[in-house]
Amino acid sequence: MPNLKDLKNRINSVKSTRKITQAMQMVAAAKLRRAEEAAAAARPYAERFNAVMAELASSVGDSDSAPKLLSGTGSDKTHLLVVMTAERGLCGGFNSSIVKIAKAAATKLVSEGKTVKILTVGKKGREQLRRDFSDHLVGHVDLSDVKRLGYSDAQGVAENVLTRFDAGEFDVASIFYSEFETVISQIPTEKQIIPATFEETEDAGEATIYDYEPDETEILADLLPRGIATQIFTALLENAASEQGARMSAMDNATRNAGDMIDRLTIQYNRSRQAVITNELIEIISGAEAL
Amino acid sequence: MADTMQFDLVSPERRLVSGQATAVQIPGADGDMTAMPDHAATVTTLRPGVLSVEMDGGLQEFVVTGGFAQISSEGTSVLAEEALPKGEVTSEFLDERVAKAEAARDAAEGEAVDTAAKRVADLLALKDAL
Repeated sequence: MPNLKDLKNRINSVKSTRKITQAMQMVAAAKLRRAEEAAAAARPYAERFNAVMAELASSVGDSDSAPKLLSGTGSDKTHLLVVMTAERGLCGGFNSSIVKIAKAAATKLVSEGKTVKILTVGKKGREQLRRDFSDHLVGHVDLSDVKRLGYSDAQGVAENVLTRFDAGEFDVASIFYSEFETVISQIPTEKQIIPATFEETEDAGEATIYDYEPDETEILADLLPRGIATQIFTALLENAASEQGARMSAMDNATRNAGDMIDRLTIQYNRSRQAVITNELIEIISGAEAL
Repeated sequence: MADTMQFDLVSPERRLVSGQATAVQIPGADGDMTAMPDHAATVTTLRPGVLSVEMDGGLQEFVVTGGFAQISSEGTSVLAEEALPKGEVTSEFLDERVAKAEAARDAAEGEAVDTAAKRVADLLALKDAL
């Protein structure tokens, strides 16, 4: 049985852990609000962009002049998986759940005889993927110095992907990230970005006929790389919000667990203390009786 | 004919303007154009330049470095890659963009050189104009 001093130390250490997790939870809550605001601010751009791109894509469509980013390279032998995770841990299952679907997709593609290349964004994903897929890792984008996620960060990732595409390194690219639903629910998501896909707009029925200046193909060639950057930016923002949400609930749980543990240890401490007192009393009484 | 139209200026990071405008001067890739209510539906890409909007509150000017504009019967939306109110633009901001564009021009090959060179020229023209 641990002695009283050990128990006291243990209680103190759990108490300070609780303080840390509580502070982390509050920091995460504040960051989550900012991340959510950033995601909301980016939404109008992404929505409009998608709407215009969907229209353009359908008008240029399957013609031979369609850029490769839209129509694909005509093969699907080599896949690039862009796995976006957090730079830091202590956020529950956030990183693992993204890595899990990425691993599942990679395993499936490999079993189909395709070549898989993995580009990681965020340190945690790379660490986890290095164990099983170290041969497939082709690159890593480090965002650990980024304080506030900006569009230029997404452009950096997009440029990395596009240079590889232009060099013919892969045929199909997908991004893996976590869609922010609520604080307690984040959905790991896979999305194909090359060849580009655009969600159909609802009012596609009576589409306006636009004049294009310069012509459609040129606009499309200009906009497609931006579309990829925009999609990556949206994903990064969703990821940032998800990360903070996951961390918040993980830290909330940790704080609660620490509280429970403190209660348990305190009871144990009091019992031991009482046992010691009882023991002492018995010793005194039996000593007195022996006289 | 309606006197005003819905105008939105959004960048990936935030929405800068949303409101009723009487006229919007857009720095299009093939030349400036002014969109007024009931303009023909057009989509154009932007070159680095100044976007001016005539609104209730008076004339507002923004510096954009690229992106595109969509003009339709419902209104005009400008989706700028980067957009800043004209007053907030510093010469360092532009110098940085110019340096980047020059680097891109030097690295470009074939037809891309012309496009990259045009971007540099547009940026320098924009810098002179400010």
